[in-house]
Amino acid sequence: MANIMVQRGSKTDYVFYLPKRDLEDDIVSMEFDTPEKWGGEIKLNNGGSYYIEPQAAPAKLPISLRAKRLDAAE
Amino acid sequence: MSALTREETEALIQEVLEVYPEKAKKDRAKHLAVNDQSIEQSKKCITSNRKSLPGVMTIRGCAYAGSKGVVWGPIKDMIHISHGPVGCGQYSRAGRRNYYVGTTGVNTFGTMNFTSDFQEKDIVFGGDKKLAKLIGEIEQLFPLNKGISVQSECPIGLIGDDIEAVSKKAAAEFNKPVVPVRCEGFRGVSQSLGHHIANDAIRDWVLPRREGKAFEGTPYDVAVIGDYNIGGDAWSSRILLEEMGLRVVAQWSGDGTIAEMEKTPYVKVNLIHCYRSMNYIARHMEEKYSIPWMEYNFFGPTKVAESLRAIAALFDDKIKEGAERVIAKYQPLMQAVIDKYKPRLEGKRVMLYVGGLRPRHVIGAYEDLGMEVVGTGYEFGHNDDYDRTIKDMGNATLIYDDVTGFEFEEFVKRVKPDLVGSGIKEKFIFQKMGVPFRQMHSWDYSGPYHGYDGFAIFARDMDMTLNNPCWSKITAPWLKQAEPEAAKKAA
Repeated sequence: MANIMVQRGSKTDYVFYLPKRDLEDDIVSMEFDTPEKWGGEIKLNNGGSYYIEPQAAPAKLPISLRAKRLDAAE
Repeated sequence: MSALTREETEALIQEVLEVYPEKAKKDRAKHLAVNDQSIEQSKKCITSNRKSLPGVMTIRGCAYAGSKGVVWGPIKDMIHISHGPVGCGQYSRAGRRNYYVGTTGVNTFGTMNFTSDFQEKDIVFGGDKKLAKLIGEIEQLFPLNKGISVQSECPIGLIGDDIEAVSKKAAAEFNKPVVPVRCEGFRGVSQSLGHHIANDAIRDWVLPRREGKAFEGTPYDVAVIGDYNIGGDAWSSRILLEEMGLRVVAQWSGDGTIAEMEKTPYVKVNLIHCYRSMNYIARHMEEKYSIPWMEYNFFGPTKVAESLRAIAALFDDKIKEGAERVIAKYQPLMQAVIDKYKPRLEGKRVMLYVGGLRPRHVIGAYEDLGMEVVGTGYEFGHNDDYDRTIKDMGNATLIYDDVTGFEFEEFVKRVKPDLVGSGIKEKFIFQKMGVPFRQMHSWDYSGPYHGYDGFAIFARDMDMTLNNPCWSKITAPWLKQAEPEAAKKAA
């Protein structure tokens, strides 16, 4: 589990930020993206993927979350 | 000399790597690249923020340097204790030239060195008692200080002192912020982690102090973040923002005070100059206080105008008009500077190797003078820095991460730039080689270089260095022929 931050992006809807490794990347796909259910498996532009426990969409971004690493790039 | 082609540059990298043993070669190859603007992501061509190889000469600093030297040090009305042996604080004292207003030793303490001067017995029995005593002495001798930060040096982490407990106790006793910072030098691969640790300390110990207190705000409040006022940089930036109608509430951290920092959560926008060292706190404030942040670049008139317009776009028409007014006001002045220096500098080629923002930020300033940056690199940049750099650099230019002394020398020998911009550790090698050199960390004891006023000084300095007649008369000491015996006798 890692602490991550999800924020609004200019190119894509969301940008992923992992402070511990200073990894900043666009989120290219998110499994659930509705007001009621938000999160799930997210895929990053660099090929990595993480899992956020599905939850209600956050009222405001950026938000800090816990995420599970499924597949890191490199 | 004409610019190198992509193949030549690639061959050059291979040639330089040739001297390393197999393993080192493989590692270093990942840090050297030829710029390709079509690449979207820097990590495909360059690796950064990795541990330096033992045995090569790196130019990086440590976490303590990043925290005490960069982020905390310039906060002028606090006392920053270099907690540990005396050397770390003493040899870095006042070297960064972050200017401030105040009476040193009375209400400001920027150029002074406070240290706990660890001895053998402190390592054996722990230094907590000494730290508590030291804080008491500081309170007695410098009662006008507004707070204290405890900057850990390596031994503190190694012996496991509890500086947090001492700090909390002292803070309660003196009713002042006492901030423990766990920036031991061995943490991380470079000063970059020190920035992060320092940002986290500010987040935890400084920002919450004024939560819920009254603040008389205006809709035009901004904070200048990541400008360390080197040679007066923050001042020449600040006047532009104020002239266009904004109110600068806080300067982080050049010529800054702790009161300003505590008020930052009330501003409308955070303006970030040094992204590398202060983006962490900006992200935190965006999340917790919903303050948007933006990066700006105040090097060279083109970028200044671009940045002023981008900043103004976040505000109403009054500010937008203000920005245009400021740009129009300085336009003729800048044109005069360019008219004067461009003919003398046009077509000259520059190689840079600096810290965390200048390798990309100053490119615009050089281009305004008709110069070309043919190589650039970061000491401690991360991937997101290189992402931002690729677009600014020309195709087939060299990019080097955490370059070693040897590599940099070889690159300069082969690329033959007309000017090298780097730090004090590289300065004398290149000067002795007869290559014009400017320090781009401390502006070679000149400055400011930010803003419109800074550009005039920047242009003058570059001309002064580049067109100095001395360079052609220098022979490197290691290339000198043995002097004839006769000449020696006569002397």
